[in-house]
Amino acid sequence: MNYPLYIRSAPTENELKFHYMVHTSLDVVDEKISAMGKALVDQRELYLGLLYPTEDYKVYGYVTNSKVKFVMVVDSSNTALRDNEIRSMFRKLHNSYTDVMCNPFYNPGDRIQSRAFDSMVTSMMIQVC
Amino acid sequence: MADAALFEFLHMEMVAELWAHHSDPGPGGTPLLTLLRQIFSREHRTSLYAVLGQKMSLSVLEGMGFRVGQALGERLPQETLAFREELDVLKFLCKDLWVAVFHKQMDSLRTNHQGTYVLQDNSFPLLIRMASGPQYLEEAPKFLAFTCGLLRGTLSTLGIKSLVTASVASLPTCKFQVVIQKT
Repeated sequence: MNYPLYIRSAPTENELKFHYMVHTSLDVVDEKISAMGKALVDQRELYLGLLYPTEDYKVYGYVTNSKVKFVMVVDSSNTALRDNEIRSMFRKLHNSYTDVMCNPFYNPGDRIQSRAFDSMVTSMMIQVC
Repeated sequence: MADAALFEFLHMEMVAELWAHHSDPGPGGTPLLTLLRQIFSREHRTSLYAVLGQKMSLSVLEGMGFRVGQALGERLPQETLAFREELDVLKFLCKDLWVAVFHKQMDSLRTNHQGTYVLQDNSFPLLIRMASGPQYLEEAPKFLAFTCGLLRGTLSTLGIKSLVTASVASLPTCKFQVVIQKT
């Protein structure tokens, strides 16, 4: 059962389109996770890489050991963004999510309302856009 | 080194604090206690309060351990690769979790390969200062409740629903039994 803990987009027009893309990409994430379980190759990385390319966007995925999924949608025209930069963005997201989990005032499963998490995401989006 | 002592003292105080209220409940109390007061006579009441109170304190301790376990389940495996199967998760509990919290590894892990695991610690740090042998055996459960919750919480974050119980035959050796709940 997948439900969003946190979702944010910029620019904010056409937000629903981004929400829809993230939702459909979850199927691809689930495919990759189950493929990982059966793989004979020692492929157990958390970073899932490019999930699927569309004409306008590239979608990247990352899954934690606790099966929390991070999905990132980036404009295709942004060719300057390289793989290791995407990886480091996911690592930052993972670290901030872990901090949220360790906050005693946070109830696991709730929507994330931490301001610290918000400002980390904002600064990351500003750097890219 | 000081970190280990800090957690041990905190844990001791948690148990002591939760048990301090069991001797004399007083005229107040929850609606449940008021109702029971009316049903049962005086002689039966004290022991009933004691049993109820103890059950509640044990579940409070277990609940605290559970929340801490949930957070540790997110923080500790952060840099490690994805777990391939259930046994890997249990090994993670015995090595990484135990070292992070108790600065030692679990001494043995056994399984029936059908969802039940027994984790044995031959010198459990929370019991080791108490006794060495059968003394204080009745007191041991309260010092294990938090840790049972800790195991259950970590398993829960890693996607495994379980039931964790602990048993002591002779301090400071204790066994944690983890039974995986199939949904």
